[in-house]
Amino acid sequence: MSGYTVDARIRWTEWIPFVVALAAFFLLPEYLALGARILIFILFALSLDLILGYAGIVTLGHSAFFGLGAYTAGILSAKLGITDAFVQLAAAAAAAALLGIATGAIILRTRALTLLMLTLAITAILLEVANKMSSVTGGADGLQGVVVAPILGLFRFDLYGKTAFLYCLAALFVGWWAVRRIIYSPFGAMLTGIRENGARMHAIGAPVYWRMVLIYTISATMAGIAGALIAQVNQFVGLNVLGLEPSGDLLVMLILGGVGRLYGAFVGPVIYLSVQDWLAKQYPEYWYFGVGALLITVVLFAPGGILGLFDKCLQLFRQKSSARPSAR
Amino acid sequence: MPAALQTEKLCKTFGALTVAQNVDFRLEAGARHALIGPNGAGKTTFVNMLTGALAPSSGRILMNGEDITKTRQAARVKLGLGRTFQITTLFRRLPVLDNVALAVAEREGIARHMWKAAGRHNAIKDEAMALLATLGLADDARTPAQDLPYGKQRLIEIAIALGLKPKVLLLDEPAAGVPSTESERILQVLDRLPSDIAILIIEHDMDLVFRFAKRITVLVQGEVLVEGPPVEIAHDRRVHQVYLGEQHHA
Repeated sequence: MSGYTVDARIRWTEWIPFVVALAAFFLLPEYLALGARILIFILFALSLDLILGYAGIVTLGHSAFFGLGAYTAGILSAKLGITDAFVQLAAAAAAAALLGIATGAIILRTRALTLLMLTLAITAILLEVANKMSSVTGGADGLQGVVVAPILGLFRFDLYGKTAFLYCLAALFVGWWAVRRIIYSPFGAMLTGIRENGARMHAIGAPVYWRMVLIYTISATMAGIAGALIAQVNQFVGLNVLGLEPSGDLLVMLILGGVGRLYGAFVGPVIYLSVQDWLAKQYPEYWYFGVGALLITVVLFAPGGILGLFDKCLQLFRQKSSARPSAR
Repeated sequence: MPAALQTEKLCKTFGALTVAQNVDFRLEAGARHALIGPNGAGKTTFVNMLTGALAPSSGRILMNGEDITKTRQAARVKLGLGRTFQITTLFRRLPVLDNVALAVAEREGIARHMWKAAGRHNAIKDEAMALLATLGLADDARTPAQDLPYGKQRLIEIAIALGLKPKVLLLDEPAAGVPSTESERILQVLDRLPSDIAILIIEHDMDLVFRFAKRITVLVQGEVLVEGPPVEIAHDRRVHQVYLGEQHHA
C-alpha cells in the first residue's frame, strides 16, 4: 500500500466507505448516533494504523491521546465556556501532540514489551489523574455540560444526530486524506522500512528515533482530534475514554479489519461496534463473549484481518479465472 | 593525503573479553583492501565500530583525516560511509526497487517528504532502477526481496549500500553462504564498482579475496597480525600458522 512501485491514484473502490457512510445517513436515520461513534473510531483506528501498521510501533496506550483530546475539548466547553467546535478540535490536537512528543521522546528509545508496558503506564496514569482531579474533570461521574456552538455558526447539533454524523464524516474524510498522503509518500515508504528492518534503516543513514517520534506525534494528534469529536458528539466525557480498555478495543478493531492496510481501520470499527451494538441488545449479559469469539475466529483463520481474507479470496478467484482459459 | 578511513589504537572490550586491541589501520582512497582472519578474530566487531553501530572502548576513528569517533551512525552515512551485512539485512517484504529507493531517498533528503507520492518521485525511482540494472536485477524490481534466491539477495545487499553513493564501502562477507559457482557473479559486480570508492572487504572465500584485494590485513584475536599485498600475505609464515594451525586443531 505504500512505496515507490505503487500507483498512488485513488481507485474507485476507495470511495466505497464514504458512499456507504452517506447511504447510511439517508437509509438508517435511527442509527446515526452509532454511526457517528463508528466514524470517530475509524479516525482513531487510522491514527493507530499509522504507527502500528506502518512504523511497527506496538502500543496499548493510544487511548491516552484520545482521552486527553476528549477532556481538553470537554473542559474548554464545560469549564471555560469556549464552545467553538474548531477551537476545541485545535486545542485537543495541540494537547495530544504535546503529550505525543513528550512521551514519545522517552518511550520510543525502548522496544517491544518494555515499550508496550510504558504506553500502557502512560494511559493508566492519565486515567488516575482524570479520576482524582474531579473538580476539573468530573472524576468518576464524568464531565457534564459539554456544549458545542453551531458548526460554522450554521449547523446546530440536532437531536437526531444528523449534524454530528456529517461533522464526523467530514473530519474522517480530512483525516483519511492526510493519512493516505503520508502513507504513499517517501516518508510512508521510509516508515515501512523501519518496520521491516530497523538495523538497515540505521545503516542507510536514517535518524530512526526522530522519525519514530515524528510519526508518533502525528498519530497522537489525530487520536486527540478523534477524542475531541467523541466529547462533542456525546456532549459528555467519562473515564472510559482513558486506560487499557479503549486502547484494547481499538487494537482489536484494527486487527479485526487488518493492520497496515489503511482500510482495515475502516472495516474493523464498523464490524466491531455494530456487532457490539447488536449483541448488547440481544444478549445484554454475554455480549463480550460474542466479540471475543469473533476476534478468535479472525486471528485463527484470517491473520491478515478481514481485509486480508478478502485479498486472499480475490487472489484465488483471479488465479482460477486466469487458469481456465489456458486449460482449454 | 589523509586516508579515506583510519583507526588509531582502536580497542574494544566486552567485560574481560578483548575483541579489538590497539588496531592501527589505514584504508587509502580508492583502495581495494581485504580484512581476513579466523572466526572470532573480531572482524565484524571492527566493522561495527567503523560504522558507529558499536562504540569503541578507546582509540580514534578518522575519516578523511576528520575525527568521527563520536559521530553517530546516521551522520557517518551522510559523510559517505556505506556498509553491507554479513547476515542478509533487507527490507524483506518490500519490492527490490524499494529496498534500493529507500537508500537513494535517504541520501537525497527526500525520505522526510510527506506529501507527494513516492511513486511520483521519478528521479529516485530512475536512479534505483538504473542501479538495479547494473547489477542485473532490473527484472526483479517489483518482486519482494524475500522471494528472490539467496544469491540475488546478496546482490541487493550491495545495491542498497551503493544507493548511498558511498565514498567508503565496507563489505561484510558479501559472498557469505553463496556457493562458489555463484560467488563469481558477486566478484564481477565488485570488480565493476567505481574505482574512486575505497572498499574494505571482509571475506572467508580466499579465492575471492586474493583476486579482488590489492592489500590484505590479517586480524587475529583482535590484533593486526600482518598487513601487505596479497603475494606477501600468501607466503607469510605466521599467516600460514594461523590458518593451518587452526585446521590441525580442528
